[in-house]
Amino acid sequence: MQGFMNWIDERFPLTKVWNEHLAEYYAPKNFNFWYYFGSLAMLVLVIQIISGIFLTMHYKPDEAMAFASVEYIMRDVPGGWFIRYMHSTGASAFFIVVYLHMFRGLIYGSYKGKRELVWLIGMTIYLALMAEAFMGYLLPWGQMSFWGAQVIINLFNTVPVVGAELSTWIRGDYVIADATLNRLFALHVAAVPLVLVALVFVHIVALHVVGSNNPDGVEIKKLKNDKGIPLDGIPFHPYYSVKDIVGVGVFLLVFFAIVFFAPEMGGYFLEHANFEPANSLKTPEHIAPVWYFTPFYTVLRAVTVSPFAGTVAMFLAIIFLFLLPWIDKNPIKSWRYRNTAHTINLLLFAAVFMVLGYLGVKPVTPELKELGTRMTEIYFIFFIVLWVHNTPSKAKYLMWFIILAGVIGLMDFIRYNPEATDDAQQIAWQWIFPIGYLALTLLLPMVKRFNDEKLVPERVTS
Amino acid sequence: MENPEVDKGRRRFLIAATSVVGAVGAGAAATPYLISWNPSARAKAAGAPVEVNLSKLDEGQMATIIWRKKPVWIVNRSQKMLDDLASNDNLLRDPKSVEEQQPVYAQNAARTREGKEKYIVLIAICTHLGCSPTFRPELAPADLGANWKGGWYCPCHGSRFDLAGRVFQNVPAPTNLVVPVHSYKDDMTIVIGVDENGEAA
Repeated sequence: MQGFMNWIDERFPLTKVWNEHLAEYYAPKNFNFWYYFGSLAMLVLVIQIISGIFLTMHYKPDEAMAFASVEYIMRDVPGGWFIRYMHSTGASAFFIVVYLHMFRGLIYGSYKGKRELVWLIGMTIYLALMAEAFMGYLLPWGQMSFWGAQVIINLFNTVPVVGAELSTWIRGDYVIADATLNRLFALHVAAVPLVLVALVFVHIVALHVVGSNNPDGVEIKKLKNDKGIPLDGIPFHPYYSVKDIVGVGVFLLVFFAIVFFAPEMGGYFLEHANFEPANSLKTPEHIAPVWYFTPFYTVLRAVTVSPFAGTVAMFLAIIFLFLLPWIDKNPIKSWRYRNTAHTINLLLFAAVFMVLGYLGVKPVTPELKELGTRMTEIYFIFFIVLWVHNTPSKAKYLMWFIILAGVIGLMDFIRYNPEATDDAQQIAWQWIFPIGYLALTLLLPMVKRFNDEKLVPERVTS
Repeated sequence: MENPEVDKGRRRFLIAATSVVGAVGAGAAATPYLISWNPSARAKAAGAPVEVNLSKLDEGQMATIIWRKKPVWIVNRSQKMLDDLASNDNLLRDPKSVEEQQPVYAQNAARTREGKEKYIVLIAICTHLGCSPTFRPELAPADLGANWKGGWYCPCHGSRFDLAGRVFQNVPAPTNLVVPVHSYKDDMTIVIGVDENGEAA
């Protein structure tokens, strides 16, 4: 065996790679529950690739045959339903673990300390994942596939001057047609997966160069023993490989419970309208994107100045996430040692993101429309408040409260039109949301108790 | 390492020149891939003009036909419907059809060719994000309010249009529905996609 390994190592650095990334990659010993989601995301990627490859063996990317070929997979192909439900549930599972993984980065400041590239690459993975999911959703060629794609591709229509040509070029026809289906299929099964796998590889290489962050935000490489091993580090393999297996077990229990008992998840993972073949002459009563896009969809709908402004706002909502490492420059990484107002800020941001998501699947009523506007306001103001929290001891909380509340008031003043009674009524009471948010994150820390930061320990705790 | 006989300026020039030629080559190589995404000859042929016979379309009725795979509505409007149009004017975003959402010959109150005011022709796609609105010709239904004089309601994001395809204020759609290029072959035959200026782009 040793001889064989030597033979390999002289030709390929197998032992070196194994040691650098697993057996001698020292990870902080205090990883908690939140650290399952990175490895789970990799697991879901593998599930998606394998189930996807097998689906392409039976699927036909043809306007006339696509819908029927999916039904064929569901009814006639042995095990076909199982493979397809794994793939469709996997898409939603991917976003659940990725959202949790990203929130972990937010609460423990995992984009800090030379980890900016890890975060940027991760965000690029998230973008690629959204593109992949969008293109995959067109393939069953159901009503929601068709009309959802119609809405998304028409976003490019809103680009000034070249919009119409651009969307025709993307579709390859004057409407969504066979050409569109075929090219999105090619991108979905070949181009984007290649990019995704490459990005995941780069994400991990970049992470392993800097080393993992942890719930305390302590840099474990600062304190090493005489062998150069971090005092608070343990080898990834076997310690975390085994820990992750527990996570995999729990995850698969939930995952297969959904695959077997609720693959449609009440119309959230697979929308009901998608069980009808695409029909370009009949718009479904209510078009909602799949749940993982809905927060951004609500932002799109909330900005009604012009369609292009809506599209820009939606993309800005994502771009601001990219910029987090440069917005949050507070030297303390983990929320454990930041002030209380910061913790409240992060929790409210997560709550607002979920409310935005909920609104995106609901039809528009005056009340929900205004709520969408208010949540969008908070979503963007979050990044400013985060920046104000960079230096809590010196922050001019009252000044920022007045400026931001003033901006909201000004926008309300411009939007308020007493003749549009329904909308005016909603504006008149829902200002409470952004102002309440500002009070909790900017006025509360004027009380010293909610503004005090704690001392970050030398070593990780427990 | 320094070799005094190396002409650095010459070396830099050669590196820059080869890089530029390489970049131009890479750009040129992208061309066939980029143009392959344009509509194919087959897709263009499928986009040819469509003739419709109007004699079977009764007053108040709507016909949906397909042109370039897009739904197109033709409504035979009654005199009352035409008379009601003006009452919407101050609720509309663009009552005079100033925005170029129609050929010049349809830039009038009825948004049709002169003498053919009864027949409104519209591309059945909401100008907001491309859904197909629902035809709601009835007067003042409960869900659309007492002022509703008939028109279209978009189920996706709630945009409203009157019976000339003109958009109401305070809805997401920014502009009136598009009147496609069209002409009349004879009194009862309309051709969509072509007019005296030739085929639509």
